[in-house]
Amino acid sequence: MFLAPDFKGFDFFPHGTQLPFMRFKGLCFGLSLLFMALSLVIIGLKGFNFGVDFKGGSLVEVKARSGAADVAAMREKLSGLGLGDVQIQSFGTEEDALIRVEQQQGGEEEQQAALNKVVSALGEGYEQRRVEVVGPAVSSELRTTGLIAVLASILAIIVYVWFRFEWQFALGVVVALAHDVLVTAGVFSLFHLEFDLSTVAALLTILGYSVNDSVVVADRIRENLRKFKKMPINELLNLSINETLSRTILTGITTIAVLLALYFLGGAVIRNFVFAMLFGVIIGTYSSIFISAPILDYLGIKRDWVGEPAKTSPARSGA
Amino acid sequence: MLHFDRWKVVAILGTCLLGLLFALPNFFAKEQVTAWSGWLPKRQMPLGLDLRGGAHLLLGMDLVKLEKDWLLHLKEDARKPLREAKIGFSGVGVQGNEVQVRLVKPEETEQAYKELRKLIQPIGNAILGSSGSTLTVEKGNAPGLIVLKPTEQGLQARIASAITTSIETINRRINALGTAEATVVQQGRDRILIQYPGLTDTGPLKKLIGDTAKLAFHQVHPSVSAEEAKASRMPLGYRVYESGERDDARTPGGYVLSETPVVDGEDLVDAQPGFDQRTNEPIISFRFNQSGARKFGAFTKEHVGQPFAIVLDEKVISAPVIREAILGGTGQISGNFTVESANNLAIQLRSGALPAKLTIVEERTVGPSLGADSIESGKIAGLVGLSATAILTVLAYGTFGIYAVIGLLVHGLLIIALMSLIGTTLTLPGIAGFVLTIAMAVDANVLIYERIREELRAGRSPIAAIDAGFTRAFVTILDSQLTTLAAALIMFWLGSGPIRGFAVTLTLGIITSVFAAVTITRLLVSMWLKSAKGRSRSLDIPV
Repeated sequence: MFLAPDFKGFDFFPHGTQLPFMRFKGLCFGLSLLFMALSLVIIGLKGFNFGVDFKGGSLVEVKARSGAADVAAMREKLSGLGLGDVQIQSFGTEEDALIRVEQQQGGEEEQQAALNKVVSALGEGYEQRRVEVVGPAVSSELRTTGLIAVLASILAIIVYVWFRFEWQFALGVVVALAHDVLVTAGVFSLFHLEFDLSTVAALLTILGYSVNDSVVVADRIRENLRKFKKMPINELLNLSINETLSRTILTGITTIAVLLALYFLGGAVIRNFVFAMLFGVIIGTYSSIFISAPILDYLGIKRDWVGEPAKTSPARSGA
Repeated sequence: MLHFDRWKVVAILGTCLLGLLFALPNFFAKEQVTAWSGWLPKRQMPLGLDLRGGAHLLLGMDLVKLEKDWLLHLKEDARKPLREAKIGFSGVGVQGNEVQVRLVKPEETEQAYKELRKLIQPIGNAILGSSGSTLTVEKGNAPGLIVLKPTEQGLQARIASAITTSIETINRRINALGTAEATVVQQGRDRILIQYPGLTDTGPLKKLIGDTAKLAFHQVHPSVSAEEAKASRMPLGYRVYESGERDDARTPGGYVLSETPVVDGEDLVDAQPGFDQRTNEPIISFRFNQSGARKFGAFTKEHVGQPFAIVLDEKVISAPVIREAILGGTGQISGNFTVESANNLAIQLRSGALPAKLTIVEERTVGPSLGADSIESGKIAGLVGLSATAILTVLAYGTFGIYAVIGLLVHGLLIIALMSLIGTTLTLPGIAGFVLTIAMAVDANVLIYERIREELRAGRSPIAAIDAGFTRAFVTILDSQLTTLAAALIMFWLGSGPIRGFAVTLTLGIITSVFAAVTITRLLVSMWLKSAKGRSRSLDIPV
């Protein structure tokens, strides 16, 4: 051998599984619908804990120059400034604290004035590690573009899947994606996690990951449809999910391992972002197995594939 | 699928080598890299402000004020041609978003209309030629009334030029602070983005760009006081200016000053902070250009013994009495200055005035210590994530797993090389995106290897199984990666700053991960096959 001794890997996952995913589809749809409905209710009741990006206002991350950050003392100093809602929490380590000041009435210049007051009230004992001030104009723009980005991504994905597969697949993928986004958003609302630009980036990545998973299963379904001309759809879907299961799990595990590394070691600034992604990968894996594939059973798929050659894959030349 | 032509092998290895070469500078300190010999690439990935520390300020222009200023200018401009043509007018005033001219004799309307139409200027357009004009001049519905109204196109052109001028001015002001590294660019239609690496205390910068710094020297009305002017009739061509906080005299009612300045800031060629020789107070000494010096000289010669006013941003700084004609074209401004504020104003005056007031609509500043911490934690998380992925892959796929990991390393190198080459800024979310693409790159290998295993179980020969694995998985890989690419591209299109950084790494990562999984791993597997066949062993595939 030229690079490494030959050795086989451990086959982690049982093969030829016949897990009856399709049998649980009713239950899963019910649960998914329930979760989606619950998310909507929670979001309706609690709303989002929008970050500075979307709500406007200022955020200052400070580090005590010596000793621990005295959150109580800071709160006392800052609450007297008449800046409305001022939140202070420790952040990452005990020397660090995060100060959030709500958007001030008036306009762009009032936000800067508020920041100046906070900075001078804190005095010399603290180093400013990060300052973010977003005025009313920018925050409303960011809200709009954030929403457009999520919707446009879903649309682009639908068009692609529709183009490459049948409309039933596209619909299945949409339902799965809507489910992923909604439930992740619901969890952010439920736990009052900060929802900002990076959360939107995470949501978009989740979309990408989830559709990636769904497409792998859909690809297998398409292949099996040609291979097993007589198999009932129900059974065929189940087979396809089972056949791709080992890949789904292994990829899921490596992704989660990487995200866990980022979550614990990547620093406090991106922790929220990584959390959204972590949750989204899990829910995205779930939705591709339990929503986007089983839904095809309800939608019905034709076996006579339009415009596709009988071969399982296009021949590639030159390699 | 498993045969590689020699030139292809060379091309693949060449790509890897180039990747290594261009990625290399990033693993060394900047000082070391600059000492390298000539032919080696030295470009490192530029670090985003969130990693290296620095300030990001987004400025918005006050468009309402800009339009109002334009109308006031227009009002001035409308008087001149009428005066020159000796057409009497009873009033020129701003009404809403138009300027109304009332003539004394309605029968002169036609002539006045002709004169005022000369104020219309075409708006140049490099591609389409002239595409409209700055304003419309119409006869009003009352006799002797002419209405001048700026057009929407005119306003847009004015905004565009105001933004361009502002960027130049801000650049000059920032350069006076001593760093040339800051970038000032237009963002959208009416915004300006300043990115200033290494700047943590934004206070001085904000002060420097916070004022338009329009300086003007006005004549003070010799007899009418502000109270009288407000109470009875304002002398023609005069208006009341408020007294600014720098004004020592602090005349409460303000000053009655000529509407048009004698000389304004545009005629300044230099302004320097200094100290008054007698009082030792901070002052600003300035110098006019020739035409400014001439105008100022003539004015001071005529008005010895009378006061004149120095007006900054519509507020009076001081109103000294002219002791003697100032013919040399130099002078000094005193007011309640500190050393710092005198220095600031001198910079602002030297750099020229901003055409309109700019407000900070977004600010993001990261201190250098947080940036360094972020890089450190990003590195650690990346290494741990990569190791975890490598271990899992090797455990799952044995020797072929090692090939996949080699593919991963190439993928990592190529991203770094591409980012250095293109000059894409690495941000903290970018690091997260990079780490994430590692996980996604493995997915391609997982798809291939799982497929090979399946084909083997279905009873195919090893070579056929490997071939089928690569061929069939390729379609799936393409489909799944392209959908992620769609999301990444939309993020890039809509995103700002940090999200963009994330989208760029994600996009590059998708491309290199497909190359790594489909080409590098396949090459290694095919080499393994050849060597295994050469050893004439039964092909027991290590997967």
